Amino acid sequence: MVSMDDDLTVRLAADLDSAFEALVVAHQDRLYAIALRVIGDPRDAEEIAQDALVRAYRALETYAADRIRALRLRPWLAAIVLNLARNRVTRRREPRAASLDQPGPDGRSLEERLPGDSGPDEPITAMEQREGVDYWAVLLAGLPVRYRIPVVLRHVDGLSFAEMSTALEKPEGTLKAQVHRGLALLRAAHEAAVRAEPQELTA
Amino acid sequence: MTRIRPTEPDFTAVEAALAALAVPAPPSLAPATLLAVGLADAYAPIDSPIGPLFVAWNGRGVSAVVAAEEASAFETRFTRQVGRPIRPARSLPPRLAAAIARRLAGDRRARIDLDLRGYTDFERAVWLKALEIPRGEVRPYAWIAAEIGRPKAVRAVGSALAHNPVPLVVPCHRVVRSDGLIGQYSLGGPGNKRAILAAEGLDPDALETLARGGIRFIGSDTTRIVCLPSCHHARRIQPGHRKPFRSLGDGLLAGYRACRSCRPASAAAVAA
Repeated sequence: MVSMDDDLTVRLAADLDSAFEALVVAHQDRLYAIALRVIGDPRDAEEIAQDALVRAYRALETYAADRIRALRLRPWLAAIVLNLARNRVTRRREPRAASLDQPGPDGRSLEERLPGDSGPDEPITAMEQREGVDYWAVLLAGLPVRYRIPVVLRHVDGLSFAEMSTALEKPEGTLKAQVHRGLALLRAAHEAAVRAEPQELTA
Repeated sequence: MTRIRPTEPDFTAVEAALAALAVPAPPSLAPATLLAVGLADAYAPIDSPIGPLFVAWNGRGVSAVVAAEEASAFETRFTRQVGRPIRPARSLPPRLAAAIARRLAGDRRARIDLDLRGYTDFERAVWLKALEIPRGEVRPYAWIAAEIGRPKAVRAVGSALAHNPVPLVVPCHRVVRSDGLIGQYSLGGPGNKRAILAAEGLDPDALETLARGGIRFIGSDTTRIVCLPSCHHARRIQPGHRKPFRSLGDGLLAGYRACRSCRPASAAAVAA
């Protein structure tokens, strides 16, 4: 993957217009998946992924060739899509005027009210949903953004902690702690959902 | 707070579930992205005073306007000319459709971005200058040549206008022969040129009659200003006050000054 991107940056530096489609083909799935798992809504995710690729193209138009060759595309593109997704998350939350650490209307912080800072508040009980992708997507959407983003980058996109550190401009140690905390919250949410199942249906 | 061990074995199930959340992008993402950055184009039909047209565009602007024809013939020719793939769309983006409708109705302020990559600076200068000609007025080729600082390049101006990739949007139909005759038109021939000018409120026959009689300029003996015949200032002059001139020199000798709006001196440079 890294060597493929190295080849791609060389081609982008030589002729942006003829190489850009290859960048789109190579990175569109992961950028869409990052956007989808951070933002939750497929249409918004497609918009954000497209916007990110367009911004990448416009940035590359202004970069000198050696700057393009030195780019690490995976974290660089992830940073662009995350900035757009984060803005969207912030804009959406504004009407509720609640920060993640502030207690919600029920006195619990959003972090404590898993699942559901942007997902549904009802517990998920249906077995078939629990087995499917939707189930984990909903649990992930319930994760506070500061854990959700590192978890998505590490475990949905598969970035290394070094790449994440570049993309998020945070020390690797901080990111490892956030991923760990995110996974712990996800597992707790999953266990809570299992407990909510009728006894005879749990595996 | 416990010591952090990111690869704790009992997260395996959670990690596997998360890895399964990496879904592919919808098929519309790549084409929409390439369209947005201008590496591919889309086109759709619109109605116009001279019949159905194809309008092609990308994220940088409108890239082609042609008389509607067989889709595959248009697509092949477009890709050969501009070197980009093109695909049909059901309709124009609403904002672009509205802007084109306003522009065709004579509103020069309707903003329409143009994608003129791949053409020469000279061609672009000619087309951008043609954009300055108001609806219902015409200017000779020599006027464009003088205005862009290439007074001797009258033939090249004619050639650039004949290759205007976005006729109607860039109103090359408002540029006429330096002898005052209406002349050729790229979008379906001279008949269409006359029809469009007539639809814009100009009388092509009257203009040509004037030109055949050797009249190139019209002055007002009340304002003492001399104009090109189709200038909106000239068209407002009452019949009793119209003073025809065969050359700008005649008008200036008679004590008239050149109109600042239609700038007849630019047409006089070569035509005289």
